[in-house]
Amino acid sequence: MTAAALAPTPKTVALSSAQVQATERAAIDASASGPVLFFFGNAILWLLLTTALGFISSIQLHSPGFLADIPFLTYGRVLPAYNNALGYGWATLSGMGVAVWLLARLCRVVIKLPGVLITGAIFWQVGLTVGIIQILAGKTTGVEGLEIPGSAAVLMLFGYLLIGLWGALLFGYRRQGEAYISVWYLVAALFWFPWTFAVAHIAMALPSVQGVVQSMVAAWATQNFLNVFITAIGLAAAYYLIPKVINRPIHSYNLASTGFWSFILFAGLTGAVRLSGGPLPVWLVTLSIAATILLIVQIVTVSTNLLLTMRGEYHMVYHSPTIRFTFFGAIAFTLASVVGLLSSLRSVDRVLHFTFFQSAQTHLLLYAFFSMVMFGAIYYILPRLVGCEWLSSSMISLHFWGSAYGGGMLIAMLAIGGIAYGSALADPEAIFSQVIQDGAVYYVAGSIAWGMIGVGHLVFALHFLLMLLRIGQPGGEPTLFAPIGEEKH
Amino acid sequence: MNGSSYLLAGIIGSFAVSCYALVILPQRQLGGLQPQTVLDEGKITDIYPIDNVSVEKGRAVYASQGCFYCHSQQVRDEQNGTDLMRGWGVRRTVARDYIFEKTPYLGSMRIGPDLANVGSSKWRNEPEDENSKYKPAKRDAAWQLLHLYAPRTVIKISNMPPYRYLFETRKIGGERSADALPLTGRDAPKPGYEVVPKPEAKALVAYLMSLDKSHPLKEVKGSAPEVAAK
Repeated sequence: MTAAALAPTPKTVALSSAQVQATERAAIDASASGPVLFFFGNAILWLLLTTALGFISSIQLHSPGFLADIPFLTYGRVLPAYNNALGYGWATLSGMGVAVWLLARLCRVVIKLPGVLITGAIFWQVGLTVGIIQILAGKTTGVEGLEIPGSAAVLMLFGYLLIGLWGALLFGYRRQGEAYISVWYLVAALFWFPWTFAVAHIAMALPSVQGVVQSMVAAWATQNFLNVFITAIGLAAAYYLIPKVINRPIHSYNLASTGFWSFILFAGLTGAVRLSGGPLPVWLVTLSIAATILLIVQIVTVSTNLLLTMRGEYHMVYHSPTIRFTFFGAIAFTLASVVGLLSSLRSVDRVLHFTFFQSAQTHLLLYAFFSMVMFGAIYYILPRLVGCEWLSSSMISLHFWGSAYGGGMLIAMLAIGGIAYGSALADPEAIFSQVIQDGAVYYVAGSIAWGMIGVGHLVFALHFLLMLLRIGQPGGEPTLFAPIGEEKH
Repeated sequence: MNGSSYLLAGIIGSFAVSCYALVILPQRQLGGLQPQTVLDEGKITDIYPIDNVSVEKGRAVYASQGCFYCHSQQVRDEQNGTDLMRGWGVRRTVARDYIFEKTPYLGSMRIGPDLANVGSSKWRNEPEDENSKYKPAKRDAAWQLLHLYAPRTVIKISNMPPYRYLFETRKIGGERSADALPLTGRDAPKPGYEVVPKPEAKALVAYLMSLDKSHPLKEVKGSAPEVAAK
């Protein structure tokens, strides 16, 4: 297969052809605006709920009595509610919004019957809401990572299938012959998620699947969600946004192609590292560690490609909000992948397994990489849908401060706290409760970080609301942190 | 095949491989695991594990409260950590230990100690030093109830949330209830009142006390000399 096709922006086109393209883009954006705004708006509501739940669970780590007398807000329920709201609420909805818009743009197809996408999102969220209420009410499945009971999961799956089918149709009816690398990642994401979700829930329901196989299925599903679905959408957006805003094609299609194929071959085999050291056949964990190591091909090719595309244009992080968020995310992707590789090694895992270091890794991937890229994408896409530009670069700046520094601090605290805890427990004479107690400083710092993240998210949500009300700067020129000299475009 | 056929074939094929390797193969290898039986002159003299349905209710409370987000139920061997030396078990746990658990609560996080063997009298979470101020407590059902209600009355620096809502404070009518918690100081109820466990708390503690995966298994080296001899 010839690797990828056109860059997102062909630079030299005749004026008339440019006008035709502009008209076509406007028609596509008009057809996408309803569902995409619906996805983004709902995603941001989930983000606010996630922030509140994350903050509560963080406080409970250093003040175990906090809200302890309210059964539905006990730590053991708030935590899974947080994880599900973050993954299936904010991440999935924002990801689907970006995916739908990117597919329509890159396949050059106007979205027919956008109401189907909205219906899908409604089903998804009704299922998710019911599921999270059940978790808070203690009616969980008890399977870590797949807590949402089957009946609610069926609603979610049905909603997803509507969205996924419409995404697949956009790909099927594409008018752009060769698919751009972002489209590859999006098609992979659209396909992998429902199959993983369905297989996992069916396996859970089968009476013959029990014992540690259940744990294996849950680990597989969680890993596929994070390391295939979420990662693929994040990379698709990064591969689109960076060349687009920098206004130069992606550095190398061959690198992009190699990266994609190594990703799709190995990422789905990494699930058993979550159960490393556990009561499973050794070959399973060994297989997953090997797959994690082989993913180095993807880490190197994707990181190199994005860095070389940015070469000479790094100053854009000072000007463009989209680039600042997306490039932050791209760096976090590299970091998350390298950390994931190192921590999968048995000698490292024996110290860091069962510690907050694993939570740090999840947040590095889901927040520092994926969410930051989604923020960047929303900053890029929204003006094209509502017809005005973001009101205030200071608000974007404040959002970046909260998310980058708050998120960075949270991840650093979880990672350092996890390393300190794991190393302390390596001494069998260490008193367990004392070791936990010694980590209090990290949990407190984590809560402060959550406060910063909360400020960022509130500012972002308000800014988004203003955009929905068309309160912004007149359209045409993107809102920048600082004007770009002659490179303004 | 054109470009997009390769793409779709690659995506579908890679998913099939992932599903086969990490879901279907493990099920084929482990799905048929049976309890270990020891035969003596044709009679079964020992069988492990057994399906302990009497603690199902407590298991459900354990899941419903989300205990497994802080407590694992898996003991790793010496190469993978200090679990055995900490007193969390006498051997590592293996797949056979969990065959009667629809959803085993293996856990991924240890904000609290591992509970795979917490019902065993040998379980401890502190070094075995008689003179230490951390001398291991005898963790019987009464201790577990008190610990659930107010963790810091039994472990001063415990980080576990209290589960007071699994108990009720009621007026002492006539005689003091036999399972009233022996609370003192600021945890004690008003005079004339007592704190008694609700059925959920009792079921949970019965489940905890039933947790014991120390029975020797032939696949765990060094754990089963007497079984192997038979």
